[in-house]
Amino acid sequence: MFDFIKKLFGPEPSSVTARERLRLVLLSDHLSLAPDVVESLKLDLIEVISRYCEVDIANCDVTFEQQEKQVAMLANIPILGMRSRQAPRAPEPPPAPAPPPASTSPAAAQSTAQPQPSSPKAGAGTGAPRRRRRRKPSGGVNPAPQAT
Amino acid sequence: MAARRIVVTSGKGGVGKTTTTANVGAALAQRGQRVVLVDADIGLRNLDLVLGVEKRIVFDIVEVVEGRCQLRQALIKDKRLENLAILPAAQTRDKTSISELQFAEVINQLAELCDYVLIDCPAGIEHGFRNAIAGAAEAIVVTTPEVSAIRDADRVIGKLRERGLPLRLIVNRIRPEMVRSGDMLSVDDVTDILSAELLGIVPDDPEIIDTTNRGEPIVLQPEARLTAIYQKIARRLEGEIVPFTSLNPPGFLERFFGKAG
Amino acid sequence: MHDVIPQGATDAPPKARGRAIVVTSGKGGVGKTTTTANVGAALAASGAAVVLVDADVGLRNLDIVMGLEARVRHHVLDVLEGLASVDEALVSDKRVPSLKLLAAAQTREKDDVDTAAFRDLIGTLRDRFDYVLIDCPAGIEMGFANAIVAADEAIVVCTPEVSAVRDADRVVGLLGDGRKVQLIVNRVRPEMVRKGKMLSVDDVNAILRLPLLGVIADAPDVIISTNKGEPVALDAASPVGSTYRAIAERISGTRSDEPELPREKSFFEKLFGGR
Repeated sequence: MFDFIKKLFGPEPSSVTARERLRLVLLSDHLSLAPDVVESLKLDLIEVISRYCEVDIANCDVTFEQQEKQVAMLANIPILGMRSRQAPRAPEPPPAPAPPPASTSPAAAQSTAQPQPSSPKAGAGTGAPRRRRRRKPSGGVNPAPQAT
Repeated sequence: MAARRIVVTSGKGGVGKTTTTANVGAALAQRGQRVVLVDADIGLRNLDLVLGVEKRIVFDIVEVVEGRCQLRQALIKDKRLENLAILPAAQTRDKTSISELQFAEVINQLAELCDYVLIDCPAGIEHGFRNAIAGAAEAIVVTTPEVSAIRDADRVIGKLRERGLPLRLIVNRIRPEMVRSGDMLSVDDVTDILSAELLGIVPDDPEIIDTTNRGEPIVLQPEARLTAIYQKIARRLEGEIVPFTSLNPPGFLERFFGKAG
Repeated sequence: MHDVIPQGATDAPPKARGRAIVVTSGKGGVGKTTTTANVGAALAASGAAVVLVDADVGLRNLDIVMGLEARVRHHVLDVLEGLASVDEALVSDKRVPSLKLLAAAQTREKDDVDTAAFRDLIGTLRDRFDYVLIDCPAGIEMGFANAIVAADEAIVVCTPEVSAVRDADRVVGLLGDGRKVQLIVNRVRPEMVRKGKMLSVDDVNAILRLPLLGVIADAPDVIISTNKGEPVALDAASPVGSTYRAIAERISGTRSDEPELPREKSFFEKLFGGR
């Protein structure tokens, strides 16, 4: 109802402003009071992105920031390179309890990917030594790459 | 059977915890319940003042815990309501004088003597708050429809829920005319934002200041506007389903002649 | 304003030190945060460099009263623990450029504050600002002790109610003799005072016996201004704002008259002015 009034009469009633401000500030307060939730979210996010890119996990950062009209998640995920291009993948299978036996082709693709890291290394340009990444065990969607 | 142990809390100071504790307690006592009110605000006690018993304090809760008196010696019986008693806080000590365990122990002992123990919680979420909730099995959260109060109430509700304490909300000092003009959050706004069940809606009424000045809970005046409101809160606490009062602002003539609704 | 200290004086800092004033009360909910925000805004609007420090760790509200809650990135504890610099933590006000806010931590506790470090921080702020206003939490425990430690002046805010006066009296005792302490009486309702249903300012000050900075009438303006996050002191049309501006002038020494008492609404104001 107040939207209508706002259009007719200009500045919105202060209770409407108050409601919106409270909504945002409480969201922000709740997030800052749940560091474990934020941490889980960060790890899940990194895991998802790692399926597509090689990620500098140690330097990833996820925070929530209250802005004027919204609370936003800010994620800084340094990308070291793309995962090797493969034949277009079948859509991700639903999380299965065990890796399906028919995953030889991704596994083969992984092993062919191994010599490739030299180009991301050059492309990354950070000069940082190539890390042995250990991917956090996900829900069994893809077999974890073995450390070389 | 042991009493119900209810903490009256808010986070923000000055929203009406003590006044609520005193008046809800008195209303329950008027309905025949045996009620003990406990002032957990050690160092800045005020429940005694609001009930008008400040000159009759002999012992306080700290002295009970330190074993310098019996619990019954510290209890002050109200002279107007025979079912009402108060356990005062200490004025010259601080909140670290009692541990959570000790406080809970006192409350448990009180719970053997009455039907309701209402604990008046200090402002904040620190030691005094933790003591006050240590003794409680349920909570009443008091808030006003103002931004800071709601923010603090939200924090307190989070802490109460962490402890698994069931809670209900009293929205205090609502001004219906300001809600209608859009200058104040409504009761629905408050319960939505806090996601809490409503126990009572108390309108802003300057008459209450006079009653605290005199140390006489307003529920002792049968005709006062707020008396009916506190009585309804007491009934809801007892489990009765009572519809919420419609709070129409005083009409033109009432405003003209200054009468409260 | 301040005396200028000549350059080269060996013991004195290079700039005249700002004043550190704690706003306290004992009783919660009497208007400390509102007062800190509005007095600070009024002082800054007349040209002073002002920083508001929220000492209410765990239940911060100065940011939301100022309308700056969306801009806080770091807080006092971040600074005290070396996780952020003072400049990173200072939030600039949207309206008055010389007004800054240093927010409290929302998810920590008052016991987490190291008293000596906090005192040093206030000292640092005094070197940069003309006024450091510290919003004290309710109560007389650790939060209060920390808030007053670095301030050599105090403003006690009190409403004309017995509990508030009792608590303010306790606080005045704890502030001791070394500080300049002044009083603001808040939320006065003149018609109730006249009917004998509310303590008068004289009643309050008969007990507290402090120099009076100002008397503020109870008014819905303040609720509306908190809803919006816009201090009334910046609203030229608000009578409460005008009272806060007068208080700021008394603090800065621009004005030294006796504070006015709010007057009752006239018959016509009541008839046509609603509340």
